[in-house]
Amino acid sequence: MNREFLERKDFWSGVMLIVVGGGALFIARNYQFGTSLRMGPGYFPVMLSAALVLFGVYFVLQGLRAGAEKLEGSWSLRALIVVPLSLVVFGLLIDRAGFIPAMLGLIIISAMASKDFRLVEVLLFSVFLTAMCVVVFIWALGLPYELIAGIW
Amino acid sequence: MDLFNNLIFGFGVALSLQNLFYCFVGVLVGTLIGVLPGIGPLGTIAILLPITYSVSPVAAMIMLAGIYYGAQYGGSTTAILVNLPGETSSVVTCIDGYQMAQQGRAGPALAIAAIGSFFAGTVGTLLIALFGPPLADVALKFGAPEYFSLMLMGLVAAAVLAQGDMVKSIAMVVLGLLLGIIGTDVNSGVQRFSFGIFELTDGIGFIVVAVGVFAVGEIVNNLGERQERRVLSAKVSNLFPTWQDLKASAGPIVRGTGLGCFFGVLPGTGPAIASFSSYMLEKKLAKDPDRFGKGAIEGVAGPEAANNADAQCKFIPMLTLGLPASGVMALMLGALTIQGIQPGPQVMTQRPELFWGLIASMWIGNAMLVVLNLPLIGLWVRLLQVPYRLLFPAIMAFSAIGIFSVNNSAFEIHLTALFGVLGFMWMRLGFPLAPMLLGFVLGPMMEEYLRRAMLMSGGDPSVFVTRPISLAFIIATVLILVVMVAPSVRKRREAFTD
Repeated sequence: MNREFLERKDFWSGVMLIVVGGGALFIARNYQFGTSLRMGPGYFPVMLSAALVLFGVYFVLQGLRAGAEKLEGSWSLRALIVVPLSLVVFGLLIDRAGFIPAMLGLIIISAMASKDFRLVEVLLFSVFLTAMCVVVFIWALGLPYELIAGIW
Repeated sequence: MDLFNNLIFGFGVALSLQNLFYCFVGVLVGTLIGVLPGIGPLGTIAILLPITYSVSPVAAMIMLAGIYYGAQYGGSTTAILVNLPGETSSVVTCIDGYQMAQQGRAGPALAIAAIGSFFAGTVGTLLIALFGPPLADVALKFGAPEYFSLMLMGLVAAAVLAQGDMVKSIAMVVLGLLLGIIGTDVNSGVQRFSFGIFELTDGIGFIVVAVGVFAVGEIVNNLGERQERRVLSAKVSNLFPTWQDLKASAGPIVRGTGLGCFFGVLPGTGPAIASFSSYMLEKKLAKDPDRFGKGAIEGVAGPEAANNADAQCKFIPMLTLGLPASGVMALMLGALTIQGIQPGPQVMTQRPELFWGLIASMWIGNAMLVVLNLPLIGLWVRLLQVPYRLLFPAIMAFSAIGIFSVNNSAFEIHLTALFGVLGFMWMRLGFPLAPMLLGFVLGPMMEEYLRRAMLMSGGDPSVFVTRPISLAFIIATVLILVVMVAPSVRKRREAFTD
């Protein structure tokens, strides 16, 4: 069995659409469909999800064709994990620890996503940028966040 | 003379101190991000949207519009000076602009780009002023079926004309529509796709999607690519173009403006198409096409006028019909909605200060850009030296603050992270993102119009083809599809994308 299709763009595009469309269809089965005259809450979502599944099937078939375009180009797993993670850390810190810790965490962690990470430079930069944001957003624009929870 | 009075009224609004200030901030920020590669107007407008909550709707729109066309200017500056298109719209400008810079004629190239853009901006402003009111008058007569058909046409055109795989674009529109209806159904009160999460009962925030996909996803994507940054700052001396330069550029600027206006009102066509067409046209018209690619000033003048005219004319369908013709316009529409203004033809009569003030401000902003850009070139070139490894954490920081300031919701921050991952995945799979955003914005409206149209007609779908205006939109939709699927166009389109 030739597994080449596993490297094809269109194959995975199709899989993605089928998963999303199929999932939505599954959830929407509980919504009342209604009639064309009185469309229920399920009418539009079911139509759209079904369309997505059809698109997905089309792309899977395209992807199975020999010579379909492959997934190419370099990408960074490190960036894919670290960049979203830095946002999650910001989200967790801002309510619990305050604006300053959240900003420092976000900037330092997100900077680690780059292969070109330089610790000292990033530490200095994070302090500078955080200070700037405190001045601009908290003091000048008046966003109502605690700088350090419970203290400032 | 209505037009005249209206424009005077508009200038009165735009020239207020506050609005001038926001216009200035907008074009300055716009130029800045236009200069910096790796962050485009879409991401920036999305990040800055929350800041505009606290200002008046007019000032907000003026600033956001300023970012948009300022970015075009900034993009062409770096295209000419360092052969680095800051925005996709200025890819074409690189070809001859950079050659001119190499020959020591960076000054005239920059000046001609600015003059061409300014001329195009002026014409674009006049066009909006001329055609806005009659279009809005027509649109006021629209009922639910007309709106549904219009949106259908807009979405199909946007998907089909966008660069990249057409079927993928349409699939993305559908996906966007589906994402748009997450939350409470207004008619039945049923929670749809909210997974029992309280924060999702109001639907996904528009800014969450835009920032997640266009800022976070873009960063993840950029970090995967090998970083290459050449900083070869050409010396800019002698800004003024010669009389000959001006004479050679006049024709291309006028033709480029025409092309740009034409492509501008079509949904989905990015400014790259307008500037590329203008370049091809000038090359064809030239007596000695060999000069192109070797520093022909026509190759800078035409495309620069075209991309600015395109940017300006994109406002026409957005302001008069409430139909976004591009990703940026979808954001503008979102900004209006957030300000509590229902987009559509009634904006012009109910909020004339918004419509005319915005138009006048665009002309003022274009003038500011000419004045602002030329003396600041040295600064922009130095900014290019900010390494990406520091630039992207800063973008992340502004994104996070922007999102959090909307609802003070950590959940939305996490959702943004999720959309960053999704955006990156879609990019990798070759799905264009702007059509998704259009669908997302229009999703709830389309469902509502479809529902109302069906109630009106007693459940008979023929209502869309028996009402003349609606029928016209449906025919146009079918025509667009047929023309685009035709093999010859398809082939040319693929060549375009490459």
